[in-house]
Amino acid sequence: LSCCWLIHRHSDKPAKMPAVSKGDGMRGLAVFISDIRNCKSKEAEIKRINKELANIRSKFKGDKALDGYSKKKYVCKLLFIFLLGHDIDFGHMEAVNLLSSNKYTEKQIGYLFISVLVNSNSELIRLINNAIKNDLSSRNPTFMCLALHCIANVGSREMAEAFASEIPRILVAGDTMDSVKQSAALCLLRLYKTSPDLVLMGEWTSRVVHLLNDQHMGVVTAAISLITCLSQKNPDEFKTCVSLAVSRLSRIVSSASTDLQDYTYYFVPAPWLSCKLLRLLQCYPPPEDGAVKGRLVECLETILNKAQEPPKSKKVQHSNAKNAILFEAISLIIHYDSEPNLLVRACNQLGQFLQHRETNLRYLALESMCTLASSEFSHEAVKTHIETVINALKTERDVSVRQRAADLLYAMCDRSNAKQIVAEMLSYLETADYSIREEMVLKVAILAEKYAVDYSWYVDTILNLIRIAGDYVSEEVWYRVIQIVINRDDVQGYAAKTVFEALQAPACHENMVKVGGYILGEFGNLIAGDPRSSPLVQFNLLHSKFHLCSVPTRALLLSAYIKFINLFPETKATIQEVLRCDSQIRNSDVELQQRAVEYLKLSSIASTDVLATVLEEMPPFPERESSILAKLKKKKGPGAVSVTELEDSKREGGELNGGGDRGPDTASTPSPSADLLGIRSAAPVGAAPASAGSLLVDVFSEAGDISSLTNPLIPLPCRFVCKNNGVLFENQLLQIGIKSEYRQNLGRMYLFYGNKTSVQFASFTTTVSCPGELQSHILSMHLLEPLVEGGAQIQQVLNIECLTDFSDAPLLNIKFRYGGALQNLTLKLPVTINKFFQPTEMTSSDFFQRWKQLSQPQQEAQKIFKANHSMDTEVLKAKLLGLGTALLDNVDPNPENYVCAGVIQTKGQQVGCLLRLEPNAQAQMYRLTLRCSKDSVSRRLCELLAEQF
Amino acid sequence: CIRFILIQNRAGKTRLAKWYMQFDDDEKQKLIEEVHAVVTVRDAKHTNFVEFRNFKIIYRRYAGLYFCICVDVTDNNLAYLEGIHNFVEVLNEYFHNVCELDLVFNFYKVYTVVDEMFLAGEIRETSQTKVLKQLLMLQSLE
Repeated sequence: LSCCWLIHRHSDKPAKMPAVSKGDGMRGLAVFISDIRNCKSKEAEIKRINKELANIRSKFKGDKALDGYSKKKYVCKLLFIFLLGHDIDFGHMEAVNLLSSNKYTEKQIGYLFISVLVNSNSELIRLINNAIKNDLSSRNPTFMCLALHCIANVGSREMAEAFASEIPRILVAGDTMDSVKQSAALCLLRLYKTSPDLVLMGEWTSRVVHLLNDQHMGVVTAAISLITCLSQKNPDEFKTCVSLAVSRLSRIVSSASTDLQDYTYYFVPAPWLSCKLLRLLQCYPPPEDGAVKGRLVECLETILNKAQEPPKSKKVQHSNAKNAILFEAISLIIHYDSEPNLLVRACNQLGQFLQHRETNLRYLALESMCTLASSEFSHEAVKTHIETVINALKTERDVSVRQRAADLLYAMCDRSNAKQIVAEMLSYLETADYSIREEMVLKVAILAEKYAVDYSWYVDTILNLIRIAGDYVSEEVWYRVIQIVINRDDVQGYAAKTVFEALQAPACHENMVKVGGYILGEFGNLIAGDPRSSPLVQFNLLHSKFHLCSVPTRALLLSAYIKFINLFPETKATIQEVLRCDSQIRNSDVELQQRAVEYLKLSSIASTDVLATVLEEMPPFPERESSILAKLKKKKGPGAVSVTELEDSKREGGELNGGGDRGPDTASTPSPSADLLGIRSAAPVGAAPASAGSLLVDVFSEAGDISSLTNPLIPLPCRFVCKNNGVLFENQLLQIGIKSEYRQNLGRMYLFYGNKTSVQFASFTTTVSCPGELQSHILSMHLLEPLVEGGAQIQQVLNIECLTDFSDAPLLNIKFRYGGALQNLTLKLPVTINKFFQPTEMTSSDFFQRWKQLSQPQQEAQKIFKANHSMDTEVLKAKLLGLGTALLDNVDPNPENYVCAGVIQTKGQQVGCLLRLEPNAQAQMYRLTLRCSKDSVSRRLCELLAEQF
Repeated sequence: CIRFILIQNRAGKTRLAKWYMQFDDDEKQKLIEEVHAVVTVRDAKHTNFVEFRNFKIIYRRYAGLYFCICVDVTDNNLAYLEGIHNFVEVLNEYFHNVCELDLVFNFYKVYTVVDEMFLAGEIRETSQTKVLKQLLMLQSLE
């Protein structure tokens, strides 16, 4: 089987002999691979490998120096053994030796071995870097590419430190070969992604943008990936790329299918480059320049037109390449969301794909339409395809396609079609794959709530949900139906009647028992007039489910029973009997026992009035965002909330619980109640009279989250002004350590979260924010990578860029659950302006000359203050060095005084700072003077430092 | 961008694994097994795309081999699907009718082909002519 050709293009050629007979390359290696393949068992294979390893080891250790060919062959064998899944613990040195060979094939094997078996052995890295350096400066394009590929494949920090400044030079040098430019561009991209702080913008940046004009399409293809990444991080600096990208795109789109020769793929001109260009444009808003915009719209129209032309080839490669561009163009049209004509055309095109015979196209059309549904311009056009989409939900064979259909139905749902869509989704749920049921349930619940005009429909829908997919109905869903029933008295009687009927089923889901118990406990009286649902019948019905339920449900039912005693005095004796029996009052579960004891006592001693007050009907819940919507967003992950849902909640936020019709004119007014992130605390504030607490807690287990309401801001320990590492925060549960490093205007902070308890923290989440003005002063305060569990400590990386000087500190918010209670704390992160200091050494005369130059009154900040800490010389020196400035000796005529100099690097400018600290040991006082080229910096530094000494 | 490229046969044997993201060896092994499990159960009526953890796999089957590219969820499915085919056509030219055994015996050359066409998780060169010309030039070097 393994000699089967993968594709048939030269089917006239005879079947091949295995490559072993081809004779090129290393014969010994081919024999070894054959041997391994002929091994009949795992043991035989291991034996053969061990024999080979022993052989190689002896060759490497032997007295006879190995020639390059043998070394290459053995290193390649080792690599093969490693790729089979065996550990390799020698041969690295020989591989490194191959790097300095003059022969390409030997060098290539050396680099390959290094790239595949990266080793953080620092000794080795130094040698590797040396070899790379030689190859980079060899002016031999083949060797340069090998070296660049190695850096791009390994991408380690050591390599970034060694080469981050060299590679931009190679990339923009006039005499660099095209293939080297391609590799250099992507190599730099890799380094920028792994060590952004080491890749400094500079004169090369503007020249990189102009690579979009390069004659060689391969260079453009490679460079554009780099430009896209850089543009995402520094949009302003790279915005000239927009017009260049548009004109390049326009040239490609309008070219005939043969114009681009090598870059035409199945009659489609440069499909990958076109996609990359369209993607780059998605980093920016629509071009402001009318001419550029006109040209771009023309391109997009041409792409849409081409989709309607008859295909130039029947091959799937042709249509795939063409459609790759089309889908990317549609993404851009949706990104702009400003051209109604294009949006509707895109929608019609996708509509055609919905019925295409290619599953791939149907899938992609459903996915893409999902985002179109959120645009006010195309929402109606999307809705016209509802029947096709419903059909897809019913008939598609691939579950992922059905999932997209369900997503699209959700996205296109509005008041006009909600009943139909919810009904279809409910019926789909009966047979839906287990993997997507929970999400489907949430979606149905949200739609039912959002578009409920008549709340009996809403109640029916949720009860149906519980009936059909009870296991997948999360707490949020059934909490919500109870909230809504409590808040709307027009539906309470109907709800009571419906749950009563639902509970008649012999096997009903436990979630149904919960909802039923709660609702009958509150509103059972509304149906008690009917002898078929008299109080005792209701009670017996509930109690018949009791013994099959879990502890939390039983606890809820006990609360419902005490409510019954209040609602229906005639049930008191029966219920007291139940409470009094051993299985309740001596239940081994503390919670159940306590409830039974307390409720029994309450019902015996309290007067009717007291009972009525304590067990009064629940007050309405405060209106807020549906907790289910928050859950759906959480499920999809913060980054993955689709545009649809964001847009949706923006449009619909105001009418979660009833409200007027949605017109297109209200589309862009965000409602204050819409919390787009869905992270608002769900604790009901003040909704619970303490006496009715037990029932409330059943429905709102989060009611205990008092800590989430009192969230004090923990101030920054002042020692971190002069220190980069240490313990930032510690309490009984959690320790937070930090390590940070700064270079120029960039910083990187490692946060270590240590769990001091033996219990796992649930839902641990962290966010960093820059309050107020700070946002415009510090850029890219983003946390890298999702949290990784590592024993009891997890680590997180934060990248920081200083745009201009600032005074506030960014905030770190941490949330997690410990033993059921939500812990919520907010800390100031020790990012202060002095972190971006570069020390400046200068002579005494230089210092005082600059000191004089900075003589405008606002440039100086001065403070005289009492010493708070030791005035010991060494301590002071350590602090001043920790500040980041250069501590200058022999500058101040008074040897007791300290003077420092440094430059604060922000993205936009450099601020020179001079500092003078004059201690007076006798008086235990200091005088601190700062002179900076920017007055706000003088003031801020003075404030910061006055607390340090 | 591309997180990894895998070529596996139906039995789950890896014929090429190229990683563009840091994973430790155990994690790599786990990914290889997971990819094999999700891809091999699918048939020709299914799409060539599978959601995979927080990413997606774009794959295509050639005879007994699955060529899989793991990319970000927002990436262009069809562009990577044809990226695979373009790569396979280059292999086919380079090895004069490529078969699985070529990839086994010449594994070290396959890496070179990959690096010519994909680098740092991005598409580097798409022209078959240019790639093959470069590969032939390298082949002729000692």
